Amino acid sequence: MKTLKWLKAATVCAALILTLGTIASAAIGGELEIFSWWAGDEGPALEALIELYESKYPEVTVINATVTGGSGVNAKAVLKTRMLGGDPPDAFQVHAGQELIGTWVVAQRMEDLTWLFEEEGWFEVFPDDLFDLLSTEEGIWSVPVNIHRSNVLYFIPENLERWGVEAPSTWDEFLEIAPKLMNQGVIPMSLGENWTATHLWESVALSELGPDKYGDLWNGELSWTSPEVVGVWELFGEILEYTNPDAPSLSWQQATDMIVEGQAAFNIMGDWASGYLSVTLNVQPVTGYGWAASPGTEGMFMALSDSFGLPVGSPNRDNTIAWLKTIGGLDGQDSFNPLKGSISARIDSDLTKYDLYLQSAASDYQTGQIVGSLAHGVVANERFMNDFATVMDIFLANKDARAAANAAHIVAIQSGMTK
Amino acid sequence: MRSRREQLMAALTILPSIALLGIFVYGFIGNSIHMSTTDWGQEAAMSLTPNIQSVGMDNYRDLFTGFLNVRFRQDLVNMFFFTLLFVGLSLLIGLFLATLIDQLIWGETFFRTVFLYPMSLSMVVTGTIWRWILQPRGGINILPTLIGLPPGEFLWLSSRTQTLVFDWSHIFHYICLILLIAVAVSTYGQWRRRENKNLARKLVLCAVLMGIFLSGILTRIGLLNFPEAHGFNEALWGVVLAAVWQMSGYTMALYLAGLRTIPHELREAARVDGGSEFQIYRYVDLPLLKPITASAIVILGHIALKIFDLIFAIAGPDHYPTSMPAITMFLKTFRGNELAVGSAIGVILFLIVSLLIVPYLVVSFREE
Repeated sequence: MKTLKWLKAATVCAALILTLGTIASAAIGGELEIFSWWAGDEGPALEALIELYESKYPEVTVINATVTGGSGVNAKAVLKTRMLGGDPPDAFQVHAGQELIGTWVVAQRMEDLTWLFEEEGWFEVFPDDLFDLLSTEEGIWSVPVNIHRSNVLYFIPENLERWGVEAPSTWDEFLEIAPKLMNQGVIPMSLGENWTATHLWESVALSELGPDKYGDLWNGELSWTSPEVVGVWELFGEILEYTNPDAPSLSWQQATDMIVEGQAAFNIMGDWASGYLSVTLNVQPVTGYGWAASPGTEGMFMALSDSFGLPVGSPNRDNTIAWLKTIGGLDGQDSFNPLKGSISARIDSDLTKYDLYLQSAASDYQTGQIVGSLAHGVVANERFMNDFATVMDIFLANKDARAAANAAHIVAIQSGMTK
Repeated sequence: MRSRREQLMAALTILPSIALLGIFVYGFIGNSIHMSTTDWGQEAAMSLTPNIQSVGMDNYRDLFTGFLNVRFRQDLVNMFFFTLLFVGLSLLIGLFLATLIDQLIWGETFFRTVFLYPMSLSMVVTGTIWRWILQPRGGINILPTLIGLPPGEFLWLSSRTQTLVFDWSHIFHYICLILLIAVAVSTYGQWRRRENKNLARKLVLCAVLMGIFLSGILTRIGLLNFPEAHGFNEALWGVVLAAVWQMSGYTMALYLAGLRTIPHELREAARVDGGSEFQIYRYVDLPLLKPITASAIVILGHIALKIFDLIFAIAGPDHYPTSMPAITMFLKTFRGNELAVGSAIGVILFLIVSLLIVPYLVVSFREE
């Protein structure tokens, strides 16, 4: 009997606290926990955003919960245990697109943000192609804070002149000049660990398939076993012949170092390499390094984007909505991106705040056709990406195009991307 | 006779740790086993109320025979070779160092500290350091250039060369071979020591295993309907090097402690009988170090089987030639959202480690 009484009292207390909690969070104030993997070089950009938020909403205390580790491998693991335990952060960083949709939206852990986009007039300022990547038929799921480009070919113009070659605009041209570079003891294309191979693969696939068929690959209309896709693997295999044999032990930075040190001619990397070149290595755009769209992808913009959504059960929902408004706003985007080395997802951003490379990327973003990146979570869900890493590593070992296409086909079926 | 009060106190003192162990070790083992028999990891895996169906042993069957789980199977092969090389080399080097230090007249403390020091580093630090040292374009490979030789060419961690290649379908054939070698070695040891207990039975077992192996009857089991080559990846040498560097000092400390417990009288007696220093080492010291070897094998073995952090730091998560089951377990669970498959790998790893530890525990309990 006594226990029962005690239980009752506890229940009433809990209910009271919960109700009070709901009332309290109906207004801005209290805390906002931002969960991300932005530390180190990217830390200052996040700090700038938080500063802006705090100046707009001084009554909120921001808790910056960062879990370090490249491309969020550790942060995502921590986030998943927290979400499964029913303890979501107020807002968390996530790659916009399928990495968010395939994991969190299908699990009904995110709130639809269409109303926020309408209220803030964001349908006019974000490009239409981007909405295809951010949303499903049921809604729009996150606010993009930046845009990175993945299909960028980097080189050092001075070195190319010395070796007597020019930056290739198609893969045929690349395969033509590659032996010439090899004869001079130069590695034509520098490559790093596993994910950088997937990164190179997506650029090759975009050039071989074109933007429409590349898109069909992800919505299940183009089969992985079709001759076109097998052709992508074959071409990719030919390109690999001209890469460095020690690739698996190199980080993407070390692969970029190779072109700066004159050991390699070209490198395909996302445009965070621009920030690495100009800030860390002090090699400036135009005068020091040159860039172009990766071969065969002129006029196409392979995009990836970091974004924040509104998790269901966010403890301080109004603070989170204020956060989303801040990061989607013009001043938020233009304070974050020049420091992060990315461009604003908005087409009305103030380009004078950005360096030469980013200005050129922004103009391509506004005029080119936008497609989503595979290596960075836009077009494929996490299960596909995880198994694709294995498919890629097997291909790197045996270079069997047909087997890789078959394996990717099965991965696509098992991860629910192809019916 | 203890009073009731004392007994009660004892029970109360031990209760919290029993409860914690029960929940956080045995409860969670049970939970993992349960999860591994479900299909948790379908589309809405991260839902607060995921739709989980029981699928029996499907996850296990798929891990050992499924087309896409080739990585897990290579992990097992990698783990086997890594454990063998890591434990073997650590024991040899540890014993060698301990023997040398035992002979030292001065500087023992200094050298003991020097060799033991790597153990105080975390595996992640070791991995990062060795990742630099083993860079194909720097570190160890350019050492020969200091004395005018051409630089080394060996791709320590990035080699994709495989040796000892076999077809996974024939795995039972090779497991039979490994068993045969293990039984034969133990039988030979027993025969040399002239212990005749069970000798005949062991000889029969040897003969049966040899018969099975030579007839090749196990190769007829069609585990997969496609050929799948696995083997020893040369890239593992880099990982073995780093791991041995870290743990051989610890093995040395174990052996050194063992050598110190050998009573001087035994050695004196051997000397009186005219034994040479080498004979004393071979016939007095080494046999008395056997219990140390046994515990070192268990300690090093379970480190090797569960290795995760070193691999993650030294070669990254997606480097197939150096991947281990613990890495794949982490990636499947937390990156691919396949929580059931991750649990299944965890359970398999748990069973393999049990195979190593349980016999040791049983023997120790019996001795006590």
